[in-house]
Amino acid sequence: MVEIDLRGYECPTPVVKTMKAIEKNPGTVITVLVEKESSCDDISRMTQKKKYSVKVEKVSGDYRLTLTPPILIEYH
Amino acid sequence: MKKRIFIIGAGLVFGVLAALMVNWGNPPNMGICAACFIRDTTGALGLHSATPVQYIRPEIIGFVLGAFITALSFREFRSRGGSSPIVRFLLGAFVMVGALVFMGCPIRMLLRLAGGDLNGLPALGGLIVGVLVGIFFLRQGFNLGRSVRFPALAGWLMPLFMVGLLLLAVFQPGFIKNSEQGPGSVFVPLAVALAVGLVVGFLVQRTRLCFVGGWRDLFLIRDTYLFSGLAAFFVAALVTNYIAGNFGASGIYHWGFDNQPFALNDHLWNFLGMALVGLAVTLVGGCPLRQLVLSGEGDTDASVTVIGLFAGAAVAHNFSLNSSSAGTGTWGPVSVIIGLVFCLVIGFFMREKAATA
Repeated sequence: MVEIDLRGYECPTPVVKTMKAIEKNPGTVITVLVEKESSCDDISRMTQKKKYSVKVEKVSGDYRLTLTPPILIEYH
Repeated sequence: MKKRIFIIGAGLVFGVLAALMVNWGNPPNMGICAACFIRDTTGALGLHSATPVQYIRPEIIGFVLGAFITALSFREFRSRGGSSPIVRFLLGAFVMVGALVFMGCPIRMLLRLAGGDLNGLPALGGLIVGVLVGIFFLRQGFNLGRSVRFPALAGWLMPLFMVGLLLLAVFQPGFIKNSEQGPGSVFVPLAVALAVGLVVGFLVQRTRLCFVGGWRDLFLIRDTYLFSGLAAFFVAALVTNYIAGNFGASGIYHWGFDNQPFALNDHLWNFLGMALVGLAVTLVGGCPLRQLVLSGEGDTDASVTVIGLFAGAAVAHNFSLNSSSAGTGTWGPVSVIIGLVFCLVIGFFMREKAATA
């Protein structure tokens, strides 16, 4: 499980940093904290293309995304 | 899917309006241009003395205030800042320099193509190369750092500045300059310009339409969301120009490189000017229109970029960096090279050594 806090970053940094975290940690669940709904949308679209499952929760005004890689989805 | 339909719809509406702005009174080949219109406004305030391009463009005011009202209504207004303001200021200034060498922002580039001005093609090639170089730096860990939350007032300052500009445009005190000839003397009525600006500000705030971001996301994450808005914009503007009779014998447009209104016919500098725009905009995170909209959402970093755009316009015209139909300005080419070198240095040295996670 990897957690990254991307609050305060403007587009496109949240999506780039999430992409890098995925490349560095293949097969790992990654949680991402972002401030804006738009960052949330971008990350969802990018990770769904990589067949990750995306769960979005609103946590005190921010968005927490739980990104589960395809290999782990099959096991559950 | 709903969001995708909305951005395509927004692109279509914006494309039709942008093309029709010429029929309603804006200069030919220049229905809407964020860079040209900021430049005209800069001139109206006396910050440069190029008499043909001095007029407070209400479209600019509308973009910011439209985004401001929309962001407040949808509870997306967030006052924030503190992410490398001086770098953003200078990137904004160089975006303007590149745009004034090509003679247009990325919006006008598409509009010029939709009006048959093929000088937009080398510019498009340059823009894409600039974006690709910017993506290289993004992937290397380039970013301008986190912003922090500010008290609400800070985010209100740019919208308040635009209200002030609107008052100046309406009441025209003696120190405001107005072109008597040239593109600055050709404009749609104030109320129409403001209304179109407000609508575009609303659409861009809701959809995040960005005339460079569309290309960036296409190459960076293979995502077509923003690009679909750009494609819709271009198709709508092209079709509108044909339906409105702007092509053909009685029309104002023709296909080709020569004799295009308010355009530079120089492939090298159209290419390099727009390469500077593509690179600087990718580093700063959004095209001039997008920066105006963000500044209306409370993003004071974007407001600093917008002030950089104004400063770049003033410098460009005061120092003869800008192109005209006759050719590039005396110092235009060298300023583009300086801008490209500046962007490469910023891109290289503002990388995070250890990427997160």
